[in-house]
Amino acid sequence: MSTERSHAVGEHPELPPPSTEVGIIGWVRHNLLSSTTNIVITVLTIYFLYIIVPPMLNWIFFDAVFSADSRDDCRAIAKAAGHEMGACWAFIGKRFEIFVYGFYPAEERWRINLSFILMLAALVPVLFDHVPFRKPGLWFSLAAPFIIGWLLLGGMGLEPVPTDKFGGFMLTLVIGVTGIVGSLPIGIALALGRQSHMPALRMVCVAFIEFIRGVPLITLLFVASTMLNYFLPPGTTFDLLLRVLIMVTLFSAAYIAEVIRGGLQALPKGQIEAADSMGLKYWQSMRLIILPQALKISIPGIVNTFIGLYKDTTLVIIIGLFDPLGMGRASLADTKWQGLSTEIYVFVAIFFFVSCFSMARYSLYLEKKLYTGH
Amino acid sequence: MAATETSSSNPSLFYRLFFDKELRSVTIQVITMALIFAFFFFIVNNAITNLEAIGKGYSFSFLWDASNYDINQTLIEYNSRSPHWRAAVVGLINTLLVAVAGIILSTIVGFLLGVLRLSSNWLINRVVYVYIEYVRNVPVLLHILLVHGIVVNTLPIPKNALMAFEGTLFLTNRGFYTPKPLFEPAMWAVLIAFVIGVGFTIWFKGYAKKIQDATGKIYPVLWISLGAILLFPIIVFFLAGLPVNFEYPELKGFNFKGGLVLRPEFVALWLALSLYTAAFIAEIVRAGIQAISHGQTEAAFALGIKPSRTMSLVIIPQALRVIIPPLSSQYLNITKNSSLAIAIGYMDIVATIGGISLNQTGREMECMTIVLAIYLAFSLMISAFMNWYNKRMKLVER
Repeated sequence: MSTERSHAVGEHPELPPPSTEVGIIGWVRHNLLSSTTNIVITVLTIYFLYIIVPPMLNWIFFDAVFSADSRDDCRAIAKAAGHEMGACWAFIGKRFEIFVYGFYPAEERWRINLSFILMLAALVPVLFDHVPFRKPGLWFSLAAPFIIGWLLLGGMGLEPVPTDKFGGFMLTLVIGVTGIVGSLPIGIALALGRQSHMPALRMVCVAFIEFIRGVPLITLLFVASTMLNYFLPPGTTFDLLLRVLIMVTLFSAAYIAEVIRGGLQALPKGQIEAADSMGLKYWQSMRLIILPQALKISIPGIVNTFIGLYKDTTLVIIIGLFDPLGMGRASLADTKWQGLSTEIYVFVAIFFFVSCFSMARYSLYLEKKLYTGH
Repeated sequence: MAATETSSSNPSLFYRLFFDKELRSVTIQVITMALIFAFFFFIVNNAITNLEAIGKGYSFSFLWDASNYDINQTLIEYNSRSPHWRAAVVGLINTLLVAVAGIILSTIVGFLLGVLRLSSNWLINRVVYVYIEYVRNVPVLLHILLVHGIVVNTLPIPKNALMAFEGTLFLTNRGFYTPKPLFEPAMWAVLIAFVIGVGFTIWFKGYAKKIQDATGKIYPVLWISLGAILLFPIIVFFLAGLPVNFEYPELKGFNFKGGLVLRPEFVALWLALSLYTAAFIAEIVRAGIQAISHGQTEAAFALGIKPSRTMSLVIIPQALRVIIPPLSSQYLNITKNSSLAIAIGYMDIVATIGGISLNQTGREMECMTIVLAIYLAFSLMISAFMNWYNKRMKLVER
């Protein structure tokens, strides 16, 4: 009997979905070709990618020269291989140490490496919840900035290194991390001051925030580099890096303050009234009720400000500090490597992209972790 | 016993200054103000002492001295014998020029990218996402230097200029050259026609609204306005006998002469700032559109409103309320970021009065005061506009 039923009467088995609706074909139909406009957009995009991507890949990888002694060498190698000259990465390779360490004395560079490891170790307990030894780790995180400062600057048994030897990625990290660590508490204080019931305090905070936010960072750095000495008692000298650090910190603190103010204003008034009716004092209600919620709301804005600050560290080249960009431009003065600015810019761009993109990802993770809605 | 009672119910003034809630706030404020004044007294006093020690006063009279330097892009008359204040004005105009041009381009590109980012087309969606992430995670200074490098290093010298549109646009590493329009007197008629068109549109909008409120009849306001503002002046333009001539750029010696020139520094700064800010605007636009719940569209459809009018009457006004505040702060950012011009030699306000004038005269205080005051004025004006706008657009609840 060939008509043996595999199912009960009246219950037809489900047919497989049509092959045009599932799998790769279905996905393409739905996501790329769903309407005439979409087809046009898809074709244009593919054409655009065809124009842009292959030359870029050729320049970065296939035609690039990875080891050579000069730019002419790069060109000769590319010619010998029978293609046009792509990126001359050999330049970056030869100058890599100066990009990372700046002018830091060669025999002392272990201190930078150690500081970097310490910084990572100090970040772990702050950034993540489920790590072993978190409690003692946090104490270490508190102490780490001082240890790192001692390691980098020297003194007390270590060879002292003046700050004008700082440079390269290490300088970016020093300015960026100091700014980030310093600006958060100042920003919180300013935001609370701006929301305070005391008019004098409020006025001072508003004036400070609006002034800083009203002018470009570059002018503040100019103020720091040209004018600040006039405002100090005669005879005092003030380290340029320290001035820059203070300016960058204050600058981003003003922005952080506005972000946190947004978070504070987003909280329903009932929260503070409830805290008051429980008999909590101002600082208690801030610490236990208001700030945890306000900071949670403002995380994306805070991280965005941090990313902005980190990117703004490149501006220090304009007042004569040598971050990676400055190092690269200085290296271009070497006749052997003249004209390779694009390589430097791409290299530095990759560095910034990696660090900023990971910060943005971490902020997404944090938002998800702290999400308490349904 | 009695003594302890009085001291607990009526504690000393000193005690109350720090532990009584009301009095404590007065104490804190007085101390704050005292510290602030002490701080300002300290730095101003130091500044006076320091300036006296090197024999410099604080005066702006140097602004009327000859500047002794040239500026490569000047929209008003300027040469090296002009005074410093004129250099400052040239710089200010250059800042405004790049800021306004950047605001226009970044808004167009940003809205386009924001809409594409929401497209259901997976490919364009991803391409725009990659672009936005790349741009937002790389410093703006790097973008400026990169674009400047591309313009200066990869474009040809004037002799081999890239030509576009039948010799009307030349791309070279010395700048972009286009024909310069020269207007004849009859151009006034076109201008007057344009003003009339605008006036008519304003009147017609009010009239159409009145008619719609009274009878429900809807006029095609947009088309009639476009006709009045664009078509009418164009017709007048032709009637007046094309009152415009073009001065074409010509290659003479090593460079082009005549025509309108966009200098490479301006082009690089303009493109870099616009493309950078466009990525931020795209995200703002995306967030704004996504913030409007789908129920709004459905409700409008349920009321029988046409899709096009749903967009213009329901979705866009609400999305704009979310979009405009961050958008205006991006406009402020583009203005402030234009100060990075100094890195590629575009002569903006920071590069002229805050750069060369400062170095030539040694008047750091005065020059920086001027620069800071100008930027503060910009930002206060934009803030004032924003507050006005927010008040106008605020949802009135209860």
